[in-house]
Amino acid sequence: MSLFEKLKPVFWKDDHASGLYKQLFNYRRLWKKTALISVVIVFLPLVLLTAYEYKVTKATFESEALARSTRFVAKTRRTESFLLSKKRFALEFIIHDNTYEQLLQPERLTALLENLNRGLGLFADLGVIDATGVQRAYSGPFHLENADYSGQPWFKEIQNRGIFISDVFMGLRNLPHIVIAVKKTLPDESFYVLRTSVSIERFTEILSNEQTGEVGDAFLINHQGVLQTPSRYFGDILTLAPLNVPEFSDHTEGYQLTDIGSRMASISREGGAKPLPAEAANGTLVVSYAYVENSPFILMLVSPKDELMLQWRQTRMKILVFLSCAVGMILVVLLGVVTYLVNAIYAADQKRVMMLHEIEYSEKMASIGRLAAGIAHEINNPLAIINEKAGLIQDLFFIKEQYKQDTKLLGLIASIVSSVERCSVITRRLLSFARQSDANVTRINLRKIITEVLSFLGKEPEYRSITINIDIEDGLDDIVSDKGKLQQVLLNIIKNAFAAVEDGGHLAIAARKAKDGQGVELRIRDDGCGIPPEDLAKIFEPFFTTKGGRGGTGLGLSITYSLISEMGGTVRVTSEKDKGTCFIITLPLTMTANKG
Amino acid sequence: MKVLLVDDEEELVVTLAERLSIRDIDADWALSGEDALRMAADKRYDLAVLDMKMPKMNGLQLKVELQKQWPAMRFIFLTGHGSEEDFEAGASEAGDEYYLIKPVNIQELVAKIHASFDAGEA
Repeated sequence: MSLFEKLKPVFWKDDHASGLYKQLFNYRRLWKKTALISVVIVFLPLVLLTAYEYKVTKATFESEALARSTRFVAKTRRTESFLLSKKRFALEFIIHDNTYEQLLQPERLTALLENLNRGLGLFADLGVIDATGVQRAYSGPFHLENADYSGQPWFKEIQNRGIFISDVFMGLRNLPHIVIAVKKTLPDESFYVLRTSVSIERFTEILSNEQTGEVGDAFLINHQGVLQTPSRYFGDILTLAPLNVPEFSDHTEGYQLTDIGSRMASISREGGAKPLPAEAANGTLVVSYAYVENSPFILMLVSPKDELMLQWRQTRMKILVFLSCAVGMILVVLLGVVTYLVNAIYAADQKRVMMLHEIEYSEKMASIGRLAAGIAHEINNPLAIINEKAGLIQDLFFIKEQYKQDTKLLGLIASIVSSVERCSVITRRLLSFARQSDANVTRINLRKIITEVLSFLGKEPEYRSITINIDIEDGLDDIVSDKGKLQQVLLNIIKNAFAAVEDGGHLAIAARKAKDGQGVELRIRDDGCGIPPEDLAKIFEPFFTTKGGRGGTGLGLSITYSLISEMGGTVRVTSEKDKGTCFIITLPLTMTANKG
Repeated sequence: MKVLLVDDEEELVVTLAERLSIRDIDADWALSGEDALRMAADKRYDLAVLDMKMPKMNGLQLKVELQKQWPAMRFIFLTGHGSEEDFEAGASEAGDEYYLIKPVNIQELVAKIHASFDAGEA
């Protein structure tokens, strides 16, 4: 038996009687409709509210995640900018604090380089270039005195702008460097330039993992999109990053990037860049960027959106768990209440149907009773005439000597008289049946009523060789009860027993005083097919029948049950499949009148 | 002892009267209440055997009318409506009247007539 079968409410069965016994509702449909309406009314606002809350909360988390990313970029841009500015200001200070001649002195230049490294660090060399582009003095690891820069683009640029910061390049020591150069114009309009190479180690450190988190990738690119610092995922230094160069803006900006996977294939990873995790490559990336002031650098921070939204996902999970629990609980309560209510309506309807049936049944019994009484009365009159005529013949025969000796004629007359007597027994029984349609509390002899009921059932036991054993305990007095009801009860149970037994079966009807001495216990036992255990609990339910289309209304035993209740008694049944069934009826010795 | 039998079934009442005569009971018969009253006006009857169910005037109504003329008259009622319980009880007794169920056993009827008559004499 499935779980549904176990939990299935009684009204769920497809049993729609028609006519007078039609149920008021299709309970299955009623349950479904009520459940659906309740669920919609309860859950629609809940779902709408949750969806709205979900959207708002998600948007809040998203903007917060973007803001965090943007804040990091803004802060880092300031730091990078400050680092560059410090170096630039140091050069500016030196070029203005020293005369051209002083700077041309190698010792002086070396001392300045040492001081710079002591104060700020990471200066690789220092050189002084005159207006013709020739390096006049140089302090550093290489021999670059008299190097000619006049043809280089940066030298032209510095003449115009007075300051130059280069893109990153791999210097002679194969380390990433930038060049910072400042110009000083003399009163005679001539000028000279102080130039230094600076290692970008510090810039890279600022962008390290510790600062950006596990998956976020922060790096610098130049205005052509070439990586100026190593990137964790987007390629090696001085290779082209697979990202478009963002539009210029004074402020920190952000945008989202989707499906970058295909572009990631071509990038160089010889320098140690790792492949972007697949879920990040196929998902959405949040890019925040800022142009670093007075430099050719753009600071980029690329974070997978999933990573930024981790906190949101955790919150979302909590919301979903809470929602599921709430929905589950509400659903259980709701369906429970709906089931209870529909069940209550069903029970009331069943009671109504049952009462209607009882009324109809007693009406029917009364009609049959009236019919029987009418017939009996009508037959009684001609029967009385036959009786008197035959009686008269008998009288005359006894008077006249010539007939007195004719045994054959006397026998014929006696036969007529006894047949009339038999007919009159039948008519009296019919009249007796008619009386029982009214409530009629009377003294009942159990043996007699059982015999009477068996006689109603005619010759069936005889034809089918069913043995009937009646055993009434000695000294069991008559009981006072409703005779008609008791007859109906016995009739129903005995009829069922006949239907259950095979030809040649046995039926035992026993009566004895109940254990408490206050009533009488009637046991009607057959050795028939028995009742399956799963049906045993339902046999007294209205409309429960195993006779299917064979004329069973499913009301016989339910009426039996209510009749016994009306008589103040109880009934129980024990049964074993293929061994037989036993009905045990307990009745009070004296029925309380108001129960009839 | 004069007995008046009243029943709307002529065949029954005639035969019954004859059977009673055989048993030395002088019985007249009538087929309706009206006839019975007419007959009782001319002649004194000690006892009347009345069918309960008759057209126009039933047994009980007839009894009332007869009693007006003959207050000492005894009555036995015949009924076609008796049930088995009534039969087993012999006959229901209401006051000093007897009820017998059709078809009646002649011995029983005779016994009741004598019993009734004896009660009337007492």
